[in-house]
Amino acid sequence: MGSGTSNQHHFAFQNAERALKAAALIQRWYRRYVARLEMRRRCTWSIFQSIEYAGQQDQVKLHDFFSYLVDHFTPSSHNERDFLNRMFTEERFPKDLEMEKCSDYNSIEVPDNYTGPHLSFPLLPDHATALVEAFRLKQQLHARYVLNLLHETRKHLIQLPNINRLSTCYSEEITVCGDLHGQLDDLIFIFYKNGLPSPERAYVFNGDFVDRGKDSVEILMILFAFMLVYPKEFHLNRGNHEDHMVNLRYGFTKEVMYKYKIHGKKILKTLQDVFCWLPLATLVDEKVLILHGGVSDMTDLELLAKLDRHKIVSTLRCKTRKQSEKLAEGKRKASQMSSPGRPTPWFLPMSRSLPSSPLHVGSHKAHKTGRSSSIPCSASLDRKELSQQVRRSVDLELERCRQQAGFPLIREKEPVLFMAEADSDAEQLLQPTQEEWKQVVDILWSDPMAQEGCKANTVRGGGCYFGPNVTEQLLQKYNLQFLIRSHECKPEGYEFCHNRKVLTIFSASNYYEVGSNRGAYVKLGPALTPHIVQYQANKATHMLTTRQRISRVEESALRALREKLFAHSSDLLGEFKKHDADKTVLVSSQLCHDQQK
Amino acid sequence: MAEDREWESTETAVAELHKKIKEAFEVFDHESNNTVDVREIGTIIRSLGCCPSEGELHDLIAEVEEEEPTGYIRLEKFLPVMTEVLLERRYRPIPEDVLLRAFEVLDPTKRGFLTKEELIKYMTEEGEPFSQEEMEEMLSAAIDSESNSIHYKDYITMMVVDDN
Repeated sequence: MGSGTSNQHHFAFQNAERALKAAALIQRWYRRYVARLEMRRRCTWSIFQSIEYAGQQDQVKLHDFFSYLVDHFTPSSHNERDFLNRMFTEERFPKDLEMEKCSDYNSIEVPDNYTGPHLSFPLLPDHATALVEAFRLKQQLHARYVLNLLHETRKHLIQLPNINRLSTCYSEEITVCGDLHGQLDDLIFIFYKNGLPSPERAYVFNGDFVDRGKDSVEILMILFAFMLVYPKEFHLNRGNHEDHMVNLRYGFTKEVMYKYKIHGKKILKTLQDVFCWLPLATLVDEKVLILHGGVSDMTDLELLAKLDRHKIVSTLRCKTRKQSEKLAEGKRKASQMSSPGRPTPWFLPMSRSLPSSPLHVGSHKAHKTGRSSSIPCSASLDRKELSQQVRRSVDLELERCRQQAGFPLIREKEPVLFMAEADSDAEQLLQPTQEEWKQVVDILWSDPMAQEGCKANTVRGGGCYFGPNVTEQLLQKYNLQFLIRSHECKPEGYEFCHNRKVLTIFSASNYYEVGSNRGAYVKLGPALTPHIVQYQANKATHMLTTRQRISRVEESALRALREKLFAHSSDLLGEFKKHDADKTVLVSSQLCHDQQK
Repeated sequence: MAEDREWESTETAVAELHKKIKEAFEVFDHESNNTVDVREIGTIIRSLGCCPSEGELHDLIAEVEEEEPTGYIRLEKFLPVMTEVLLERRYRPIPEDVLLRAFEVLDPTKRGFLTKEELIKYMTEEGEPFSQEEMEEMLSAAIDSESNSIHYKDYITMMVVDDN
């Protein structure tokens, strides 16, 4: 009871207090460190995403621009007219003769020294499995087998409806995978981890199998092979990258030509057709709708089920059916006022403003990026209208001048347009209507947003941003439980939004760079509760700490940004002179947002 | 005259701060409507150079929250408060030597390291305890797998370099 004990207590208490304070200090410091890392990660992500979407937008813009040029160029001679006609008319489908040639794979000889996998038809499960193994060993499938497989695939796809229906009664579990983008390692990993497809193990691959990665061909071969082997359990949805025009830009075309050289062209031609025959969506137990992009407030599943999906060759640009002028005028006027639709082309002066949508006022994001609206134009209608009008006004002027000059009135020949006046009625019927085309674009290109409403997707250049109310509306209208979509890369490989009514699933891990994101797939059982599995198909990343991973990804983003900046350095110098340029990553990323016009 | 200049420079300073704060805010403003999820406020504040404790953070959030908390913080409320914080240089970051001394307090026998168990105990039981996730994160980078301990002097040096 002496002062000794109380001193001891005192010291003990002091020590404990000091320890507490010390611990608190370390924790405080550590949390700040983590926060800074997180900030860096977010900025890096923004940089990558901006570059990615800007690229997509560029292509659409370029397309629109050239189309406009061609539309308003008045051919001065018969030859020029023909030339334009040819250049401008996309081969809608390869003509019968050409298709014949493409199907004529039998004439292609497989050399004796070929060491790759052999296929025989009808395909058996073993063939498909052998294919996976062969590709894992970096072998290449011979062009003959590729064409044969594509031919069979096409035959199968033609029988399928636009919206496939799956039931958990038959296959107890259904696995849904998102974008793969040519990353074969991820596909192999999924099969390794989740099991190969079988009658008990159904799979749905939700589009974007190709482009960007280096093994798009191999992925397609595997997916098509399993689809032929297990037609009831293995399903594919079309993505916005299952499109020969998009492939031109994003690497798939190049990959095919590089791997297959002389046969490449045939393969691409056949693929163009096969892509158009891919189904647009899959419905599980009539409750879960799986499609690649998203929906819009105009999405009409009945129309989507009925239309001829084969007519939609590319979602970037489409000839649409001619409608009577008055009807077109009326529709255009109406759409300009009400729907989140069709603004004037971006390069025309009046288009500086935001997309015409009364539902949305003052979008800061669009302001920041300064992107003017550019949606894949089904410009054909407008183009013809415009050309006709231009033509007519020119002719009228000519007529007036002639009269003034005292020339006799000449019976004007009906102005020969370099477009579809020449179209036969039959060909007209082979084109989708504008509405059909928009419906498909919407489901392949749209992205969910947090705000209510539905507005044009100016970042992508196609489809919409759809809000939680749009989702709710759709789910209620068709009595559905939730939506599964892909199309957007997510750091964790998946993301729920709209009150868990929309699930984004993305299966290409390390998409931007090693360590940038996980991939994921989702499994559905009879209860339809989504069960997510994540992975990162690169052993190296497991060894890295978060800090190192973020640093690597950051370096990569900065490198990409530097390249972009370098490419536009003269423009940027001009802009920089106007703004005060700081040196921090944060600021440069903002500036680059501004610059990405 | 000198006062004018002083006032001017304060004004510029404030404008600079506003810019910095807005930029950090925008990174988390996913809907582009000048709001962020309240759970991200800590990250934003810390990335602006502040090092508040959890308690201090909660007080700050209470200041910027709506009267009826919505789960979102608006820029209008955040900006003035944060500007004050930065002008007053509140919640300054911890210098390296102070951090070192803190570790040394937890290592009274001056071995130069803490065992994994000790680190876990202190971080999850004392002060403002870590969550399991935070603990695992810290361990992954801090612990030398062979000795199963953290040599805190080296650890600090490594982290500080990286931070800059």
